[in-house]
Amino acid sequence: MEIFGVPLPAMMSQLLLGLVNGSFYAMLSLGLAVIFGLLNVINFSHGALYMMGAFLAWMGMAYFGLNYWVMLVLSPFIVGVLGIIIEKTMLRWLYKLDHLYGLLLTFGITLLIEGVFRSFYGVSGQPVDTPELLQGATDLGFMVMPNYRGWVVVASLLVCLVTWFVIEKTKLGSYLRAGTENPKLVEAFGINVPLMVTLTYGFGVALAAFAGVLAAPIIQVTPLMGSNLIIVVFAVVVIGGMGSIMGSILTGLGLGVIEGLTKVFYPEFSSTVVFLVMVIVLLLRPAGLFGKEK
Amino acid sequence: MNKKVGYAIALALALGAPFVGYPVFLMKLLCFALFACAFNLLIGFTGLLSFGHAAFFGAAGYFAGNAIKNWGLPFELAILTGVAAGALIGLVMGALAIRRQGIYFAMITLALAQMVFFGALRFGSFTGGEDGLQGVPRGKLLGVIDLQSDLTLYYVVLAIFVAGFALIVRTVHSPFGQVLKAIKENEPRAVSLGYDVEKFKLMAFVLSAALAALAGATKTMVLGFETLTDVHWSMSGMVILMTLVGGMGTMVGPILGAIIIVALENKLGDFGTLMASLTGIEWFNTLGEAVSMVTGLIFVACVLLFRRGIIGEVLAYFDRRKPA
Repeated sequence: MEIFGVPLPAMMSQLLLGLVNGSFYAMLSLGLAVIFGLLNVINFSHGALYMMGAFLAWMGMAYFGLNYWVMLVLSPFIVGVLGIIIEKTMLRWLYKLDHLYGLLLTFGITLLIEGVFRSFYGVSGQPVDTPELLQGATDLGFMVMPNYRGWVVVASLLVCLVTWFVIEKTKLGSYLRAGTENPKLVEAFGINVPLMVTLTYGFGVALAAFAGVLAAPIIQVTPLMGSNLIIVVFAVVVIGGMGSIMGSILTGLGLGVIEGLTKVFYPEFSSTVVFLVMVIVLLLRPAGLFGKEK
Repeated sequence: MNKKVGYAIALALALGAPFVGYPVFLMKLLCFALFACAFNLLIGFTGLLSFGHAAFFGAAGYFAGNAIKNWGLPFELAILTGVAAGALIGLVMGALAIRRQGIYFAMITLALAQMVFFGALRFGSFTGGEDGLQGVPRGKLLGVIDLQSDLTLYYVVLAIFVAGFALIVRTVHSPFGQVLKAIKENEPRAVSLGYDVEKFKLMAFVLSAALAALAGATKTMVLGFETLTDVHWSMSGMVILMTLVGGMGTMVGPILGAIIIVALENKLGDFGTLMASLTGIEWFNTLGEAVSMVTGLIFVACVLLFRRGIIGEVLAYFDRRKPA
């Protein structure tokens, strides 16, 4: 069977790859949106912390013989703690200033983290093995799906949906949303807003690290893997707008799929298609698909 | 009056510098200084943070290089080709980016510049791809003055720099520059006073892009090659850092910042080797390759500790000492 002259299995596997990328975009842009909502900071270091998550997973396995599942929990935890330290010692001093300083500071942190990893590991890639449980592939009839890729999509969707549920449907989430609207008032009701801000940042970057660990067996782990991704994620954020949690998830996934399809029909174009979509959205709907200008 | 004396001393130093220092390095400094000043016109005097200035700097280099090497244009027309290309990209990028404000503006410029980077990677016949555009000749100025000699070229580059810098100073102090300042201080108020803010922002953006392009085109002529480094996002970060270190919104801050950062980039490897031989720690030898680590540290330190930059802090100090 063929669609527009492309065999169905080839099409489906690119589509799956698109979904995999899309789930990374979704997790990262979700984290950016949550952080921006409460801290008013665009976290440039999101990409670097995603890289760090992947690297920690590799280090844990290569140096300490820990397995994938342990690192899937441990690595986001370590990065989350690092995030808390960053927020407590640096970001905290910038909230009253122009938002641009937050971007510049996190850009500097990005260079710093990347530079440290580069000075120790160079730019060559480190391989991470797929966990035994998820090796091999399943024949779905219309395509052969590598199990690990299926797992990545399912796991990220689950994490995204849980995050959405917590923020939109629980008491804790209502504090968070109230803090986004009016932190002073929320504090007056006796809620520890600074603590909430710190934990939010920690959670946001832990999410990035989680995405990093998921990505590690699929792509080569290199110090530069984060910065290439974060620029695409920025475009995703511009397209979707940061006003809505569900919006970020859907935009991320959708753009991943579009990218996957472009790889089938016009491969030379696939690295720029997200930016092109951004241009079109800027022309037609400047505030973004789900956006409300702040 | 102090300013005029200061500029005169600086110019005298610049005229004598090639007899003391290495001309090619000095020319590189001048190009980056002009680049940083062009960037500062936008962030320091209009309040727009562009994260995509590498696109103009690098694209101009490619266009100027191709113009003189493959299309047979003379030196001055090659540079103008680069400037025109940069201004045109600036016009498209600016028109798109000013549709959003603040933090989004920065993200859009970064994404669009990445598009230019991918373009440079893709059109290898024009840019030389990963190898870059090599063997760009210097040619002759106005068809008569041979630029092969570093010293001659140095004075041409100095003239280009002075012209670019003078244009920036003039722009900032013009009525146009005052409107830009008003936009920076309070955009809604500028709108309510009847200014077409979008038009002014776009004009400032294109002017800044064209000047960055002038710097990029000149740099290609000086070094004789152009590579992907100049269109990469890290270059956009570098120019931000130069401006930040020197002092955003000060006239000469970006020049000082450019000198510090370029010198640091060039000398860090030597410093690392020295530290390794002094302390015996092997790791210092890799310091030259880990420039981004050091620039990252400076970035963080600047944002946290002295946001006004070196010149900005000095000016603030004198302001405080002034009797009320």
